[in-house]
Amino acid sequence: MPTPATARRLFLGRSGGLVLSGAAVALLCGNDALAATTGGGKMEDVSILNTALGAELEAIAAYQLGAESGLLQKPVLGIAVSFQGHHKEHAAVLAKTIEKLGGKAVSAKDKYNFPVDQLKTQADVLRFAARLEQGAVSAYLGAVPLFGNRDLAKAAASILGDEAMHWAILRQALGEVPVPSAFVA
Amino acid sequence: MRCQACHALAYDRVGPRHCGVVGRKAGSVAGFPYSPAMKKANVVWTEKTLDRFLISPLKMVPGTTMTYDGVPDPQDRADLVAYLKQAGKSAECVR
Repeated sequence: MPTPATARRLFLGRSGGLVLSGAAVALLCGNDALAATTGGGKMEDVSILNTALGAELEAIAAYQLGAESGLLQKPVLGIAVSFQGHHKEHAAVLAKTIEKLGGKAVSAKDKYNFPVDQLKTQADVLRFAARLEQGAVSAYLGAVPLFGNRDLAKAAASILGDEAMHWAILRQALGEVPVPSAFVA
Repeated sequence: MRCQACHALAYDRVGPRHCGVVGRKAGSVAGFPYSPAMKKANVVWTEKTLDRFLISPLKMVPGTTMTYDGVPDPQDRADLVAYLKQAGKSAECVR
């Protein structure tokens, strides 16, 4: 099991050189997509993106907590690092899009109120992460129909798909049925 | 489950805490960065107002940062409100 310091180095080492994939940038930041977001719906879209960004920043912090807890062992630690990297990509592209739309991206909080006292084992951390991912799936599902710009809705659905995969993998790691039903809510 | 994306019972997350929400004035949790729209909503959260809000948050409070499409099923909304009422009496909320 890595020490917290080792885990932190591993974490930062893997995610520090974050490079957004061209596809991700194109999804959210393509000029064509943004050009379609004009008029009254633009600031509503910014608001939706900012709420999503707030949740992504929280997820990044949650995975950081998990990685630094010393409770995650290989290969689970590597999976968590990978998932945190995805959330960093989501956050970066959301922030960039918000700014392109003329909004101000929310920042990460100085402190998050995570249930640290309830995290005693690897399974506790996995359940905590799984709940966050499940919640994120619900949040994106509730946000997708609200976008004025359909390209942004499509991009949000792409993120939803990624987070649903995280949720399934975490359930699998917990020994649960990875995909418990045909639909998400 | 769908609420837990942004809310916890006893502490603020992306959304404000849910302990004590039934009977609370909208936009009144100290220190939570509400939208101007929610601060000015002039709503007290009751079973009735929560039900109306959950149908479509953005229709009831345009400008809220609760950018969620809503809960269309009346029974689902009733269950959610009942849960919030019950949770307000739980150990997590009353300690």
